[in-house]
Amino acid sequence: MAKEPKPQEIISQINYKPPQKAWMDIPVEIKEGMFCYGAKEKSLQTLDFPNARAWSVLDEDWKLPEKWDKIVLEGMAERLKKYRSFKIFMDICVRCGACADKCHFFLGSGDPKNMPVLRAELLRSIYRKNFTAAGKILGKLGGGRKLTIDVLKEWWYYFYQCSECRRCSVFCPYGIDTAEITMIARELLNLLGLNIEWIAGPAANCYMKGNHLGLEPHTIKNSIDFLVDEIEEKTGVRVSPTFNRKGAEILFVTPSGDLFADPGTYTCMGYLMLFHELGLDYTWSTYASEGGNFGFFTSMELAKRLNTKLYSEAKRLGVKWILGGECGHMWRVINQYMDTFNGPADFLEVPTSPITGTEFTNAKSTKMTHISEFTADLIKHKKLNLDPKRNDHLKVTFHDSCNVARGMGMFEEPRYVIKSVCNNFYEMPENTIREKTFCCGSGSGLNASENMELRLRGGLPRANAVKHVQEQYGVNMLACICAIDRAALPPLMNYWVPGVDVTGVTELVANALVMKGEKERTTNLRGEDLSWIEDEESKSTDETQIRV
Amino acid sequence: MTLNDILAKNRESIINRWFDLIVDSYPQNTADFIKSEKNRFANPVGWTIKKGIEDIFEGIIQNKSDAQFFPILDDIIKIRAVQEFTPSEAISFIFLLKQAMCEKIAIENTELFAIESKIDTLASISLDIFMECREKIKQLKTNEGKK
Amino acid sequence: MMKILFPGLMVIILVGLVFMGVQEANLHLLFGITIPYVAISIFIIGVVTRVVKWSLSPVPFRIPTTCGQQKSLSWLKCDCLENPSTTAGVIGRMALEILTFRSLFRNTQTELKQGPYLVYQEEKLLWLAALAFHWSFLVVVIRHFRLFIEPIPGCLSLLCSLDGFMEIGSPVVFLSGVALLGAVSFLLLRRILSRKVYYISLPADYFPLFLIIGIAISGILMRYFTKVDVVNIKAYTLGLLSLQPVIPTDVSVIFYIHLFLVCVLLVYIPFSKLMHLGGIFLSPTRNMANNNRLKRHINPWNYPVKVHTYEEYEDEFREKMKKVGIPVEKG
Repeated sequence: MAKEPKPQEIISQINYKPPQKAWMDIPVEIKEGMFCYGAKEKSLQTLDFPNARAWSVLDEDWKLPEKWDKIVLEGMAERLKKYRSFKIFMDICVRCGACADKCHFFLGSGDPKNMPVLRAELLRSIYRKNFTAAGKILGKLGGGRKLTIDVLKEWWYYFYQCSECRRCSVFCPYGIDTAEITMIARELLNLLGLNIEWIAGPAANCYMKGNHLGLEPHTIKNSIDFLVDEIEEKTGVRVSPTFNRKGAEILFVTPSGDLFADPGTYTCMGYLMLFHELGLDYTWSTYASEGGNFGFFTSMELAKRLNTKLYSEAKRLGVKWILGGECGHMWRVINQYMDTFNGPADFLEVPTSPITGTEFTNAKSTKMTHISEFTADLIKHKKLNLDPKRNDHLKVTFHDSCNVARGMGMFEEPRYVIKSVCNNFYEMPENTIREKTFCCGSGSGLNASENMELRLRGGLPRANAVKHVQEQYGVNMLACICAIDRAALPPLMNYWVPGVDVTGVTELVANALVMKGEKERTTNLRGEDLSWIEDEESKSTDETQIRV
Repeated sequence: MTLNDILAKNRESIINRWFDLIVDSYPQNTADFIKSEKNRFANPVGWTIKKGIEDIFEGIIQNKSDAQFFPILDDIIKIRAVQEFTPSEAISFIFLLKQAMCEKIAIENTELFAIESKIDTLASISLDIFMECREKIKQLKTNEGKK
Repeated sequence: MMKILFPGLMVIILVGLVFMGVQEANLHLLFGITIPYVAISIFIIGVVTRVVKWSLSPVPFRIPTTCGQQKSLSWLKCDCLENPSTTAGVIGRMALEILTFRSLFRNTQTELKQGPYLVYQEEKLLWLAALAFHWSFLVVVIRHFRLFIEPIPGCLSLLCSLDGFMEIGSPVVFLSGVALLGAVSFLLLRRILSRKVYYISLPADYFPLFLIIGIAISGILMRYFTKVDVVNIKAYTLGLLSLQPVIPTDVSVIFYIHLFLVCVLLVYIPFSKLMHLGGIFLSPTRNMANNNRLKRHINPWNYPVKVHTYEEYEDEFREKMKKVGIPVEKG
């Protein structure tokens, strides 16, 4: 017995064992399941990005341009001049550790370099070595280190393990935002052609075809026509959306993911039904057919290049204002960047609901309003005929999408909408929602399939909170207002919390929406049976009769 | 006193030791975090492990059937299945209970046999669960790829 | 370990340097007059340069981190402090941040609500210690103004008497000094003992802590144990201030140590993370209003970019568009 190794000894062989060495001395190890494939030559070429070539992440040689280090350092110098945020965030971190355990990737993986402070230090150490006196003179003692190929790979690995969710920034006493640092780091990596295909591919699609999925105009129309048929089948109402129609009052833009894959398609059907019921004078655009912006995960310039289409299409079509669908980072861009990028949108008017007459003064300059703001206003003015009972089989909780939460502050509108269309709503614990919401683990272009382990780890804190409300209240539906959430949360729930489904908020609205001329709804948009409503109704009538 | 009584009496010290042994398989500063943070939502990994091993321990004392252990083991192993452990590493946390018990209490050989077989059974169930988890991850990857 | 030893050793060497310089080499002029003047100049020029350099980099985008409900529909209550949409709100938010360390406090909130067992210990202590440290440091600095101003203004005397309200010992013990030493020691211990924080710390994190501990200890020694002659010192400081410096007579070497460490700190500030005291005011995620859609923010370096125009798009897909009845510009 004594000769056998103790279980602890077996465990001690695990190469996951504590790094006793300082973090700077631990070279990066690129692990399967934790990274996305490198950007393809063709995608980068389409976008006119430098160093487009065939390469593989696992190869030793990343085929970098000559003097790549010079390119990076010059890029850094340029960005230090252009962004006060970058400069200040490089300088003032005191490494207090408040952010350390706020990152969902750290919580799920335990990898110290996933602590926001260390993620930023990866870049800061190079900054100190090259741009500060202390780092230049003292070297490592001054917190600096040389930019080597290993450092570069480390950057690539860890800055594509940050979902730019800004949660750490909420807890930082100086407001240091790792998202900002990651964005700069990714810009630097893109100077060398070091993107991931899951970002570069959709961005290239979006540039040429107008949307991430690369849907061509006729395909968009076909996809929506298919949804129109579905709606007719379920509700008996034939809705008739228009495309690229000049003179419409409103241009509607939403992430293309909603046209294509469940459960986003149900949300998309929700838009179609809602707008039809309101008799809204609106149009879709096949050119500006993407609300999301994967350019934002690459560089500010590319974000701007993709974002341009929204205003230019609005101008071409002569609409009065733009209505935006449910999406996370799309709204970060619209709320904090679009007007600065491509404004002023003086050819548009202040968004005004044609149904309620409400002027959305908060969007006075950008002229774009969020569907949740729009719907909340409708419901408040009692303009929708709603039957929340149809959602009674659902016990709903709401996942605040990071970008909408921390880059906009839209907490109450979607909650108001959900509570108006669902009778059973339960909040997740306080430290996992609103400004403290946990990321789905797949934001900022990380929702590929090859990095599933990373996504599952990063999604653990969110899933764990969902599990809690599932156990506590029997929650079976996770509502969200983000297309990446709708794509990323289903596998996350499937793995961590089986029995919980994912829905967009507008899908819930559409299911509760009593439309003029509709037939009796026997199923919801997903085709799930609703006959239990009748049973319950007859039951309650029975009860009334007994009481009488 | 039966073995179960002894175990019940030393419940806390054994579980704490067991927890420490498991958590020490993580990087040191991570281990500190996992140990120190008691909030379920701020520390899902630590919480799940702690809660899980408490339930396992309880189950052993109460002679629960193998099937009843399934959901508890599932919670812990799901996490380990996404954390770069090999199958043997992932399930080794079960065996650490032996060590924790040896350190904390003196057990007669005959009784030891019964409890060790239980632990071995749990380990083999764990391995099944682990393989299922990995299979599921693979499936999720393929499903995503289709989209 | 090096990252703790090296800065610790540095401070000891610095102390040794003064000791030798004053006690053995009689360099009173150097340590009493030259170095303070140089240090103050470097401090002022350094801090100003640093802040100017920061402000030279523009803020291209308005990127507040929103921590509360936005201002949108009139009937929804917005959170004007955590997600300010006006300048007044921003000032309020910054005040909360700077005076009470609002964001650091967020760490502890959950625990306060979750009772009954204490968790989040470390975070709560961090907030408390940081608050105690910064406030007591401020009080100590302000208290020292009594050595620079003659006559001492009433509010300063009031502060001193408040600070010493416990009336223990002679001279009266200033609470701020005790709090400062306590808090800074906690912060140092935390950096050494908490493995998480130890792991992320750099020598540059330990050095100022050792330095401040040195300053606090030498100050306390001077006031309570070697009982330095305040009248002498005041004559010296007023001399420094009026640019007619005289070397203080009859003061112990402890005074020189205290003075020199303060000088080192002053010189160190502009080149280090201690500049966070200025940086926080300029942090774009905190000092901007979330009125992005209401008011256009201008990016000074905004430049035209290459875009894929609608015309190019239609040229590529015209036939496909016509086939499904999507309107086109060129028939």
